[in-house]
Amino acid sequence: MIKFLLKKEFKQLIRNPFLPRMIFIFPFMVLMVFPWAASYEIKNLNLSVVDNDHSTYSRELTQKIISSNYFKLTNVSPTYKKALKSIEKDQSDIILEIPANFEKNLTNGQGGKVMISANAVNGMKGGIGMTYLSSILVDFNAQVIQELMPSSPGAASVPTIELDSQYRFNPHLNYRVFMVPALMVMLLTMMCGFLPAISIVFEKELGTMEQINVSPVPRLTFILAKLIPFWIIGFIVISIGFLIAWAVYGLIPAGHFSTIYLFAAIYILTVSGLGIVISNYASTLQQAMFIVFFFLMLFIMLSGLYTPIDSMPEWAKWIAAFNPLKHFMEVMRSVYLKGSNTFQLAKPLMALIGFAVFFNTWAVLSYRKKN
Amino acid sequence: MKKNETIVDNSNLVPIQGLGVAIEVKNLYKNYYPIKSGEFAGLGRPAIGDKSNPVPLQGLGVSFEVNRGEIFGIIGPDGAGKTTLFRILTTLILANSGTASVDGFDVVNDYKEIRKRVGYMPGKFSLYQDLTVEENLNFFATVFNTTIEENYELIKDIYQQIEPFKKRRAGKLSGGMKQKLALSCALIHKPSVLFLDEPTTGVDPVSRKEFWGMLKSLREQGITILVSTPYMDEASLCDRIALIQNGQFLKIETPENIVAQYENKLWAVESDNMHKLLIDLRNNEMTKNCFAFGDKHHVSISNEQMTIENLKEYLMKENHTNIQILEIEPTVEDCFMQLSQK
Repeated sequence: MIKFLLKKEFKQLIRNPFLPRMIFIFPFMVLMVFPWAASYEIKNLNLSVVDNDHSTYSRELTQKIISSNYFKLTNVSPTYKKALKSIEKDQSDIILEIPANFEKNLTNGQGGKVMISANAVNGMKGGIGMTYLSSILVDFNAQVIQELMPSSPGAASVPTIELDSQYRFNPHLNYRVFMVPALMVMLLTMMCGFLPAISIVFEKELGTMEQINVSPVPRLTFILAKLIPFWIIGFIVISIGFLIAWAVYGLIPAGHFSTIYLFAAIYILTVSGLGIVISNYASTLQQAMFIVFFFLMLFIMLSGLYTPIDSMPEWAKWIAAFNPLKHFMEVMRSVYLKGSNTFQLAKPLMALIGFAVFFNTWAVLSYRKKN
Repeated sequence: MKKNETIVDNSNLVPIQGLGVAIEVKNLYKNYYPIKSGEFAGLGRPAIGDKSNPVPLQGLGVSFEVNRGEIFGIIGPDGAGKTTLFRILTTLILANSGTASVDGFDVVNDYKEIRKRVGYMPGKFSLYQDLTVEENLNFFATVFNTTIEENYELIKDIYQQIEPFKKRRAGKLSGGMKQKLALSCALIHKPSVLFLDEPTTGVDPVSRKEFWGMLKSLREQGITILVSTPYMDEASLCDRIALIQNGQFLKIETPENIVAQYENKLWAVESDNMHKLLIDLRNNEMTKNCFAFGDKHHVSISNEQMTIENLKEYLMKENHTNIQILEIEPTVEDCFMQLSQK
């Protein structure tokens, strides 16, 4: 009997003027546009320089900063006050003030001082600009020491710790490498969790559900017929995701595809369970949409998609621990970047299986209660 | 799934009227909002409600029987509990107390059996609007493990009228055609009992007449039909009717008997000032009750000695002009109005 129900579902899906297109446009939009637009890497910070020294070194420093490509010199002010004005007018984001006698103090061994002040209305932008500028200054400092004391016997005897930092698994700190696998998780949540929920509530609202209920179709068959098309779509979407990740971003999972598919299958089961729970409680589309929105916001905000879980307060970490999205994102990132296998991911595996059991049990129980 | 179990064997169905009981309802009680004790004893949503004090359930509810091959009408105003009764009998909701059986099967324990052998057409059109006429019919046939061809004879008369549009999507049909399609879908598995919840609400008078014609021919084929309607004029087309109000049955009888049991004389009265006429008639102690029926007022007279002349005199005293009084036969509506006053 499920064959006929599935036939009906696919027929309806294809006839829907909106849904089939959306199912394909949505992942493309999310995976093609989003990672390019949303990036932590900040370029073209507007720099205002207050040079009170006008010396070789001060010019050299300014030149070095601009040639880093992170900064654009948009304003040169004679005084700090005027530079602040340019920040107020939004012409610059960060001020570098070089004091008078900068070069003189440097060369006679006293050491120079510069001041950086950043516009922190957008805290992230200010912070990142500050970090960039500081690292350039450190670099400049080393260069100056080299120049001033090329082979002084004293300098060589000073022991220094040389920092040699290395970013593992994502050597260039590429934001997209880390975003794309997580975005696929979000897509899967929408396709396999929320779309079937809305589709079931839609039948409820139309009254066709009642027609099915007075027929010999078992409830489980009806629900399965609702879920299976979206499971198939889910696997297609995630496969398209792999393709886009490879073609556009050159991303190939370091781990095995089978690991991802295994986790995807469990995850799909989890979110479709949640979807059925939603459809059991909502009796109109409006209600369903609102519940979906609530969960989607909660899941995304507390998933580590944007902000790392580790930087959240303790209570938020606890909420995140009960967020299936978080666990699957962790898995996707680990498999894509670190090449983890199923055994290394035993913890999220257990968590996801737990959620799958929990949501599906809840779905069954809440259905019984409503009837 | 075990496929064989769901096949309905209708061959042993007894299509003779008066043989056996198709629907049996005993003390059925359902209240969506529990209310203070004693205030409500029937089906549906009473106007008064209080969640903390549920009603004691003894001796409450409705009871009736529907014979095989009978058209049984549930007649009553909106909110009387008609749909609630249908939803209990079609196993969609559970009653608070009481028992009911359809075709010999209990609505709670044997709900699976009932779902195989009843057809239900809800008041609201609820077929798949994005599937065509043919696809809808085919879908519901397969859901019941049958095919259109197998039971085509049964729906032929109805389906032939919409067959020219079979490639059209159900959502794009006119109201009357939608209703015919819904009836076809409810009949496609050859149900032994057919539940029609307000099938003619919002349908034009010609289509209504036609629809009742279809029901008559379905009865000929041995299908028991439970139909609800708010239209009193359709009552006389049923074999038996139950007048329902506020969740309780006022009377269960054949339409002829209900009319015959009307106790009082009934006169139709009209004059130039109809509004004043209604007030004056109600003020007269000889009249039991008086209701406006179209362009006339129907007055039921409790005093046997009173004559038309007496009433005319009284009305002339009240300055009415062009008074016309006629003795008339009561209709089901008159009976309902009187019963609901008790």
